[in-house]
Amino acid sequence: MSLPRPKPEKFRLRRTMMFMNAQKPGLIKDAYIYGADSIMLDLEDAVAENQKDSARFSLYHALKTIDYGDTEVIVRINGLDTPHWKEDIRVCVAGGCDGIRIAKTESAQDVITVDQAVTEAEKEFGVEVGRTLLMAALESPKGVLNAYEICKASPRLFGVALSGGDYRKCMQVKVIPGGIEMLFARGLMLNAARAAGIQCFDTVFTNLNDDEGFRAEVKQNVEMGFDGKSLINPKQIPIVHEMLAPSQKEIAEAEKIVRAYREHASEGVGVFTLDNGKMIDIAFVPGAERVIKLAKASGIYEGDL
Amino acid sequence: MKNAVGREIPAEALAVELKNGRKYEPYQGKGYRDGKYIKKAGPTTKIYENPQESKILPSIRDAVIACGIKDGMTVSFHHHFRNGDYIVNMVMKEIVDLGIKDITIAASSLGDAHDPIAEYIEKGIVTGIQTSGIRGKMGDVVSHGKLKTPAILRSHGGRVRAIEEGDVHIDVAFIGAPTSDEYGNARALGGKGDCGVLSYAVPDSEYADKVVVITDTLVPYPNFPPSIHGVNVDYVVKVDEIGNPKKIASAAARMTQNPRDLMMAENTAKVIAACPWFKDGFSFQTGAGGPSLAVNRFLEPLMDAKGIKMAWAIGGITAAICELQRKGKVGKIIDVQDFDTGAIEDIRTNPNHFEMTASEYANPANKGAFVNKLDFVVLAALEVDTDFNVNVITGSDGVLRGAPGGHPDTAEGAKCCVIVTPLTRGRMATICEHVVTVTTPGDCVDVVVTDYGTAVNPRRKDIIEALDAAGIKHVPIKQLQEKAYSLVGKPDDLQFKDKVVAILEARDGTILDVVKEIKPFEF
Repeated sequence: MSLPRPKPEKFRLRRTMMFMNAQKPGLIKDAYIYGADSIMLDLEDAVAENQKDSARFSLYHALKTIDYGDTEVIVRINGLDTPHWKEDIRVCVAGGCDGIRIAKTESAQDVITVDQAVTEAEKEFGVEVGRTLLMAALESPKGVLNAYEICKASPRLFGVALSGGDYRKCMQVKVIPGGIEMLFARGLMLNAARAAGIQCFDTVFTNLNDDEGFRAEVKQNVEMGFDGKSLINPKQIPIVHEMLAPSQKEIAEAEKIVRAYREHASEGVGVFTLDNGKMIDIAFVPGAERVIKLAKASGIYEGDL
Repeated sequence: MKNAVGREIPAEALAVELKNGRKYEPYQGKGYRDGKYIKKAGPTTKIYENPQESKILPSIRDAVIACGIKDGMTVSFHHHFRNGDYIVNMVMKEIVDLGIKDITIAASSLGDAHDPIAEYIEKGIVTGIQTSGIRGKMGDVVSHGKLKTPAILRSHGGRVRAIEEGDVHIDVAFIGAPTSDEYGNARALGGKGDCGVLSYAVPDSEYADKVVVITDTLVPYPNFPPSIHGVNVDYVVKVDEIGNPKKIASAAARMTQNPRDLMMAENTAKVIAACPWFKDGFSFQTGAGGPSLAVNRFLEPLMDAKGIKMAWAIGGITAAICELQRKGKVGKIIDVQDFDTGAIEDIRTNPNHFEMTASEYANPANKGAFVNKLDFVVLAALEVDTDFNVNVITGSDGVLRGAPGGHPDTAEGAKCCVIVTPLTRGRMATICEHVVTVTTPGDCVDVVVTDYGTAVNPRRKDIIEALDAAGIKHVPIKQLQEKAYSLVGKPDDLQFKDKVVAILEARDGTILDVVKEIKPFEF
C-alpha cells in the first residue's frame, strides 16, 4: 500500500466533506468508494465520552493501513475545552492524516493553540513540520464574529466551515427553509474567508428524506460562493457534485480565457480582448482555471487543457 | 475431462445414470443444443372414463397408498410456499412411516423449512435429491457425503427441460395449493396461505404419472381459471394447513437504506441506461435482494428522463415492480413467483399481471421462453471469478447453501446480464480468481457492478462501447479481484474429498461443475 500519504495540497478541490464516526470500522474502512473529495473522520460528537480512546485507536490503525487514494482524510478533533484534544492531535499526526478540523473555534488563539500542538506532534513523530493542514469550524456567534481573525491565524489553515447545529442553538433559531436564520453567519464567514484567501464550507443538511430541500440549500450555497459542503450521507455526494459542476458554456468561456492568456503571455501581452469584446487580464485566470478543474472533477471536461 | 468453463468433470459424475438413458456430457458453451431436437417423455396416466363425484381422499397417507408409492420411486414438490412450506415434510413423513425407502425427491427448490429431510437422508431412506435450492441441514448432510447418489442441481428452466426430456421421471407429484375444488383444479389465490402463482408446479402436473393436490381451502367446482388443471390431477387431499401464511408471503421487502447497496443499485441503473436496448418497450427482470431490488427505484428517473416505458417485466415479482406498473411505466408483468404480499395482492386484481408456467419462463428446450426475449436482468452472486463465472450455491466453507434458480436461464437469455455484488463480504473476496462452484457460466455474464467499480466481460465489445460512449468508467475484472485480495487477503483453497456429492447441471443438461464432499479444514 502506498502509505504514508503524500504531502497534502492546501488548496485542492473540496466540494464534498463526508462525516463519519471514526469508531466504526465498517464505515471508515473504505469510505472513499462514494467519491467524496474529503472524508471527515469524527472523534468529537459522534463518539461517546467513554469511547474516545477506542475511537482514536481505530482511527490510528485506519490511517496507517487503509489506502484512501486521492480522497482527502481530515479528522475532527474534540474541542479545546475537553481533556481529549491534545491526544487527538498526537494520533492524527502520528497516523498521518491530511488535515485536522478544529471544533468550536472561537478565536484566532484557538487556531494558534492547535497549530502549536500540531507542530509539537510533528516534531515528536518525525513528520515534516507544516505538513498537517487545519480547518476551523465556527459553531457560535462569537466564532462567527471573529471569523476574519480566525481565517488569518495560521498558514496551515486551508478553510473555515460553519457548523449549523450549535450555531442555531446559540442563536435560538430553528432550521428555516431558505436559510434566513443563517444568512448573516454564512455571509460574514464567506467574506472573511475570501478576504483571508482561504476556502469556505457550508454546514450539513440533516433531513435525509428531503431531497428537494437539500437541492435548494446546495443551490443557495453555490450562488453564495461556497467551495463545498459538509455531508452526513453518501447519497448527498453526487447531488453536490452535479450542482457544483460548471455549465458547458462556462467551460467554453474558461477554456477561451486560459488559452488566450497563455498565448498572449508568451508574446508579453498582459491585457487583451476576447472575440466577444470582453477585456481579460491575469485576474480572470485563476477563476477560469478553477472552472476547468471543477469540470474535470465532475467528469464533464473533454478538452485538453 | 475439462469442460468449457475449465472445470474438471470426473468420470464418476459423467457416469451418473439418467432415467431416460441419456449420457451426461461436460458443458460445451452457451447455445450448444440450440437447433437440436428433443423427444419428450410422456407420463403413464390412469384413465378416468366413468363419472366420479370427487377425487378427495381423507388423508395424505391415503393418497400415498392410492398412488402406489413404493421403494425406488421419485416424488416431486414445488417451492411456492418458500420457507412457510409444510407439504414436503408432511408427505415425506407419511412415506417414511409406511416403510417406503430409496426415495428420490425432485423439487423445484428446497429450503430451510425442510430440515427434517436431512434425517431421512442420513438414514438412507431418501437416496436422491434433484432440486434447484439446497440449504440448511440438508445442504450440510449432502455436502458431508450422506446422500447415496449425487444430488442433481438444476436451474428453473433446466428442471423443466429435464422433466420433459425424461432425465428425471416423476412417479408422483404432490402439489400444495392455496385453493382447490374436488376435481383438483387448483389456484394460488383465495385461500388461507396464498402464494400468487403455481408456475413451478405446472410441469409436474403434466409429466408425473400420478398427481396429488393438497390444499387447506376447498372451494366449489369449478375453481377457474386454474393454475393446475384438474384434468391432470388424480387425488385431492384437504389438510388443516398447507403452510405458515406469514412465511409463504412476507411483507414487502423494505427498500434498502444501506448507502453501499444504493450506490451499487444506482450504478447498475446507469449501466442499463447506457445500453442500446434501453429504449421504449424494453424488458427487465431483477431479484428481491437489497441492491437488485433498489435498481427499480433508480431506473424510474432514467426512464422518465428518456421518455420511455418498460413493455414487460418477468420473474420473481415484488411490490416494487407492481408499484412501477401502477405509475404507468410497465406494460405487463409476467409472473413465475411472488416474493411478497404486495405482488400477490397485485396479481389478484391487476388485469395486466399474468401467471406463466416455469417452461414459459425459462425452459431452454421449448420453442422460445420469455428469458430469450429479455433485454436486461439484474442478479446477485456469492462469488464471481475473473472469467465471469458465478457461484450462487456453495458458501465460503464449500457447503451447499443456495440455489441457481433462474440465474443461469436469465443470464443466458438476456441481452445484458448484470451481476451486482459488493467486492467483499466480511473477510471474503466476492470477486475472486476461481469460484468454488460454477453455477452460471461466464460466457453468459456480461457486467459486474461492485462498490469498488464496474467490470464488463471482454466478450461484450458492444456493451464496452456503450459504456465508454456514456462516460461510465469500468475496469478489468482482474483489477477488482486484486483489490479484493489486497483488502481481505487471498483465501486458501477449500479442501474436498474425492466423492462427488452434487452435480451442477447447465440448463441444457450438460455438466457445468460438481461439488465434492467437504473435508474438515486442515492447517
